[in-house]
Order: sequence, then C-alpha cells, then structure tokens
Amino acid sequence: MADVAAIELKNISKSFGKKIANKNVNLTVNRGEILSILGENGSGKTTLMNMIAGIYFPDEGQILIDGKEVVIHSPKDAFRYGIGMIHQHFKLVDVFSATENIVLGLKEKGRFNHKAAAERVREISSKYGFEIDPMKKIHEMSVSEKQTVEIIKVLYRGADVLILDEPTAVLTPQETQKLFDVLRKMKDDGKSIIIITHKLHEVLSLSDKVAVLRKGEYVGTVETAKTDESELTEMMVGKKISLNIDRSEPKNCEERLVVKGLNCVDREGVKILNNVSFVAHSGEILGIAGIAGSGQRELLEAIAGLQKVNEGEILYNNPKTGSCDNLRDKTPVQIRDLGVRLSFVPEDRLGMGLVGNMDIIDNMMLRSYRKGKSVFLERKAPKDLAEKIIKDLEVVTPDAKTPVRRLSGGNIQKILVGREIAAAPTVFMAAYPVRGLDIGASYLIYNLLNKQKESGVAVIFVGEDLDVLIELCDRIIVIGSGSITGVVDARTTTKEEIGLLMTKTAESQGGEQN
Amino acid sequence: MLAFLVSAIRLGMAFLFGSTGETIAEKSGHLNLGIPGVMCVGASCGCFAEYIYLSHAKLNANAFLAIIIPIAATLFGSAVMGLIFSFLTVTLRANQNVTGLALTTFGVGVSDYMIAETGPIYTKGSRYFTMSLPFADDLGWFGDIFLSHGVLIYLAIIIALVTSFVLTKTRVGLNLRAVGENPATADAAGINVSRYRYAATCIGCAIAGLGGLSFIMDYLNGNWEYCIDAIGWLAIALVIFTVWKPGLAIVGSIIFGALYIASSYIVGVSFAGKEIFKMLPYIVTIVVLIITSIRDKKENQPPQSLGLNYFREDR
Repeated sequence: MADVAAIELKNISKSFGKKIANKNVNLTVNRGEILSILGENGSGKTTLMNMIAGIYFPDEGQILIDGKEVVIHSPKDAFRYGIGMIHQHFKLVDVFSATENIVLGLKEKGRFNHKAAAERVREISSKYGFEIDPMKKIHEMSVSEKQTVEIIKVLYRGADVLILDEPTAVLTPQETQKLFDVLRKMKDDGKSIIIITHKLHEVLSLSDKVAVLRKGEYVGTVETAKTDESELTEMMVGKKISLNIDRSEPKNCEERLVVKGLNCVDREGVKILNNVSFVAHSGEILGIAGIAGSGQRELLEAIAGLQKVNEGEILYNNPKTGSCDNLRDKTPVQIRDLGVRLSFVPEDRLGMGLVGNMDIIDNMMLRSYRKGKSVFLERKAPKDLAEKIIKDLEVVTPDAKTPVRRLSGGNIQKILVGREIAAAPTVFMAAYPVRGLDIGASYLIYNLLNKQKESGVAVIFVGEDLDVLIELCDRIIVIGSGSITGVVDARTTTKEEIGLLMTKTAESQGGEQN
Repeated sequence: MLAFLVSAIRLGMAFLFGSTGETIAEKSGHLNLGIPGVMCVGASCGCFAEYIYLSHAKLNANAFLAIIIPIAATLFGSAVMGLIFSFLTVTLRANQNVTGLALTTFGVGVSDYMIAETGPIYTKGSRYFTMSLPFADDLGWFGDIFLSHGVLIYLAIIIALVTSFVLTKTRVGLNLRAVGENPATADAAGINVSRYRYAATCIGCAIAGLGGLSFIMDYLNGNWEYCIDAIGWLAIALVIFTVWKPGLAIVGSIIFGALYIASSYIVGVSFAGKEIFKMLPYIVTIVVLIITSIRDKKENQPPQSLGLNYFREDR
C-alpha cells in the first residue's frame, strides 16, 4: 500500500471552448500526505480539483486511485472512491442543524434519528479535534464553524482523500492555525489531503509537497523541505513576458484622490479592508495588484460610495472648483457627478452596471436618465453616444438596438468601459476590464486607459495579470488580505517582488493585525 | 354557540386540507398559487363522480362506495393539476407564479362548467359524507364537537399530523426541506431535486383537492351555491399564518373557520358588515407575517428558494 499513490493524475488536460484550463498535469498524492497546489488566480487549480471531485470531466489523461485507473463522472462517483471536496462556497442548508446537513442525502437504513446521528458527529469531532455543537443551526454559525461542518460532512461519508479549495481565505489567523492542527491529525490518521492555496507561508508550514500550476500548465512538484519562498514565487509567476504597451511618462501630476486609513467590515463582521491609505495622482495609472478577494472590490466600492466605510477618509481634490471633498459623506450619485467613475467587470459581466435584456441605447441611459427634464425619454443623445462607442471601440453588434446579453463578453466589456469614459471622468476606476478578452480587445482597452491618463485623468486599474500591470501602470499598490502590503514603481519592479508582496498577509508581516 | 363551533371546525378542515397540501409543495420550493383552482377541480371531480355513481346505482347505493369513489376521483383530478404545475415549472421551467395563477383561473372555469352540466345540488351525496358515529348524539356537547363529523374531517387532521411527522422526523422530510431551502446543496448531496418537487407538488395538490370536496360535502351540505376559490386563497394564507407548520395549522384552521363565519352568529350585523368580517383571516395573516418578519427568526421564514426554479447548469 505504502508505495502506491492514493491518487495519481497522468497528463490531465481540460479546456473550456478555446480556453485551456489545464494542460498535461501530473500529480501524485500518497496516503498520510499533505499536498499543496499553488498558483495564481486562473491558473487552473480549482478546475483540476473539480475533475477529481467529479464536477468536471477531463478531456484527456488518466486518474488512478490506489494504482487502478478510474472514471469519475459525478460527485457521487468521487465519494465511492473516498474522495471528498470542500468547496470555497459552502453547500449547506441554513435552517438545518449541523447534523442534519451532514447526513443530508445519505441512504442509511432505518428511521432518521437526529440524536444518534449527532452522536456520530461528536465521535468524529473528538477524534480529530473539531469543536462543534452538532445540534447548532447553520445560520447561527461563524464561517469557520460552517467550514468545520463541511469537513465533517466529508469525513462522515468515509472520505480518505480530502480536497480543500482555499480553506483559509475566509478564516482568521487563529482559526487557520486550528484548521491546520486538524489537518495534521488527519494526515497522521492516514488520510491524504490536497489543499489549494496561494499563501506561501501556509504552504511552507503545512504541506509535505507543493505542486505549482501556472496559466493551466503544470510547472512541477517540489518537496516543501527542499524549497523556499523565492523559488516557489518564481515557479508561480514565471519569467517576465514583454507586452509592448505604449506607456507615456505621467504629466501634470496632482493629488487627485487621497485615501487615508480606510477600514471596512463585511456583513459577518470580518475585516475586509484594514487601514488602507494611498494617493492617486492625475495623469497616472495606479495599478492595484492582489489575489482575488483581498479587498480590491471593496476598496473601489468604498470610493464609489457603494460600500459602508467604518473608519477613514477619502479626500477628493476637485480640479474644477479646487475644493476638497470627503467622499465618505456623499451618496453614490453625488460621487459620480463629481467625476469619479467606476467600471467594474465582475465574473459574470452583467452583474454590475449593465442590464442584459435592454439594448445598448437603454444601457447608456441608465447613467443619464436623471438629466432629462421632460416626462418623456429623450433618446437622441444616448443613441448618438451608443453609436459613437460602437464605432470607436469597434463593438461587434448588429445595431445599437440589440439587447446587451446577446453580445459576446468582450463587446459587453467595451460598452461598459466606453460608457463610463464617455462621461469625461476625473477619476476612472476599472476593475478587471480585460477579463476574458482576447489580445486585440485587451489592447484596445489598454489604449483607452492610456488616453484617459494622457488627458489628465487619475486612472485606477485593478488587474490580475502581473505582466499587464507592470507594463501598463505607473505605480502599483499591492493589497493582501485587506491591507496594503507594498507600493512599487512599475518601471523598476519585478514580478517576483509583486508576487511576494501579494502572498504576504498581515500575519506574516509580524502580527500587525493583532 | 355549539352550532358555531361545529361549523367552524367543518369549514376549518377545508382550509386545513388546502394548507397541508400547499405546505408540502412549498417545502419543496414550489409556490403553488394554483391551490384555489386545484380545490375547485378536486371538488368538481368528486362531485361529478358522486353524481355519476348515484345516478347509476339509484336506490342500491352503497355508503362505502358513495364515499370512496368521489374521494378517489378528487385525488386523481387534483393530482393531475399538480402534475401540470410540476411539468410546467420543473420540466419546462415556467414561472411558478404565472403558472399557479393560470391553474387557478382554469380550475374555476372547470367547476363552473361542471355546475352548469350537473346542477349545483349534491345533497344526496353529502348525506353519505356527513354520516357520523351512531352514538355521537348521545354524548351531549362532547359528541357534537368531537364525534359528530363525517369521515373527511378526521382525515384532514390525520393527514396534517402525518405530514408534520414526515416533515420533521423522517429522512424523506429532511431531504424535501433541503430541496426547498437550497436545491443546489440538495443536488450535491445526491438528492433528485426534480423528483422530489414533482412528488411533493402532486401529493400536495391531491390533499388540497380533498379540501374542495370537504367544503362542498361537509360544510355546504352539498349545496354548491357559490364559487369556492376563496377557500383556496384562505388556505394559502393559512400556510403563512401557521408559519409552514401543518401541526399548528390544525388549530389555525379552526380559528380561520371561526373568523370567517363569526358574522353570521352575531346578531345585528349588516350585509356589508359580514363582508368585512370575512376579511379578518387575511388581516390576521398579514399581522402574523409582519410579526414573523420583524422577529426574523430563521425557522419561521418561508423556505429559502420558495418560488425559484432550479436548473443545475445555472450554478
């Protein structure tokens, strides 16, 4: 048994349409071993794990369990082979107790006995050192308790291989430590654990082996004991690629937006922005780099007035009047009228900013309908604007009256960005504006941002691709777990430097949070 | 007073059938606004079957058959309504509200048509349904309140108790509630969401249909004087009033029944005043809704994905 791997992947490939998510990945995990899968956003970590858990089916390659080739079609199949995955988004029923969630869907014999099931849950908990009340309702639980329920659910079903998708993203440092203790106990019990993460210090402290993925490709597996942070970072971000984006020197820099000591908490009371301070200048592109979900979205929303600010100031120096306003006291509409514009491209593109069933003209009017004086809609100006955007940005559409949802993703993004730029902003914030776009369309957006910068707008650009950030921006602030972990000059920095800053958290900086 | 209570119970049980059926459907995530229509169709099928049977059997009618045939017809007719609802919403992914309202309109039409065909009098059949235990009359008020009713009244209470037990104490009930709360989670746990929704809706409709039959046979004594869809709307209100608990609905239904007929037993209420009294059940429902919303206790909230269709690819 000992020399046969619990799970072995051979040459696994998977693509979605033209996009390659995984290419020739090889992995092995033995019993009683913790493997970390390390990679940037979009490097295909979750896709790979979903193939083991039965959610996706690989296009090519083999999966071997205990040395035998298997076919995993569904999560049920995965369970039969003793594989359980704990997803980033919990799959729990809020009004059920922990126990009810754990036994849900199981076909055990006999009548459903809440107390007996709770007793088994307690057994598992004490074996691995979980702290959980089996009768507690999910909606009364904290995030870490919910995660515990998910883990017990998998163990209750007899899983030998546990896959955890970024389990620490939602946990406090103390909770993370507790989770790691539990995982180590499971490892001693002979379970195999695969953990997806992008926090280097966690990888180093927890795992036996690290497998690195970069843009869907398998870079290699190293033993944790024989590696260090800088080697892993280099494997993760790769060598620098030249993109040739035209970048002009910033001109007429003035302090346009001054953010001081910004603090925000989310609905569950978890801190999402921790003492964030920075300055955005006019005539410059300020990049924001960071692992997805580190607080970039909340930061932009706080500036746009969409996110409640608990502490701190957002000062805006108005170039027209010369006055200085605190945006924190303003409504989103007032902030927009001051010339601070946000164009946010979320995962599904239509989620924020555009209405899918309405045509391009109507979507233009979403931003301008307040201007009209008459009872009736005035469609001439928005129509001209829509046609101008279609022409300037080369939007591929039958006409301006086509519902936005019928357009391809890239074209939707062009409309979103084009509409905000058309309002002649003084601060322009763009989050992931090139997500999912092909190279040509991406360059079109880069040029747009550069034009804005040249005309004296303060551009804030949240991006994922470090190569782009380095080539496009003037300065880059790096955000990690809601705190700013560094500010670098884009002209002199390296990917390794940013990569290291990204994976730093407040904790690894020496317990700043406490 | 005694007559008032007996009437309240008999009317209440019609509500109880409806609300138990609707609760089962809602626990699976189906907001079935077709319940009034389902009750109309259920009553129509039952009455029509009774009409056919009695006109064939003439004087040789068997009491057992005279009860069981209409019940079977009602169950069948209303379950078909549930099947239509599920087919439209689960398989064809139609909007639940629109589908439900369409079924209500359809059901009212069916019952109007049936009355036009057979006439509105089913008193003969009603006699079989209101047959009570022979010694009930000898036991004074106790017999009147508890033992004087026909078979459907007791059936309503039994079904409500069984439903309550199944929902809270069994694996099937746990799975069903999971489907209504969070179908994606249920799906991931290996529960067949579509099958549960189909089954819950059809069974729920079958039970609700009995409410229509009970209303005609037990409460109106076979005189189908006016359209019965109001009973269906009250049954839906009762689900909210009793915060999705069929056990509570047994008491709630009697309260609803009492409020609905109270005006007839109070001397000196004008015709307009009576109509105002009939609004009382709705008003208390709104009050309950406001109170539960303010308290915001998760256990007393509607199933989380109530009214939302589920397709796996949406995730």
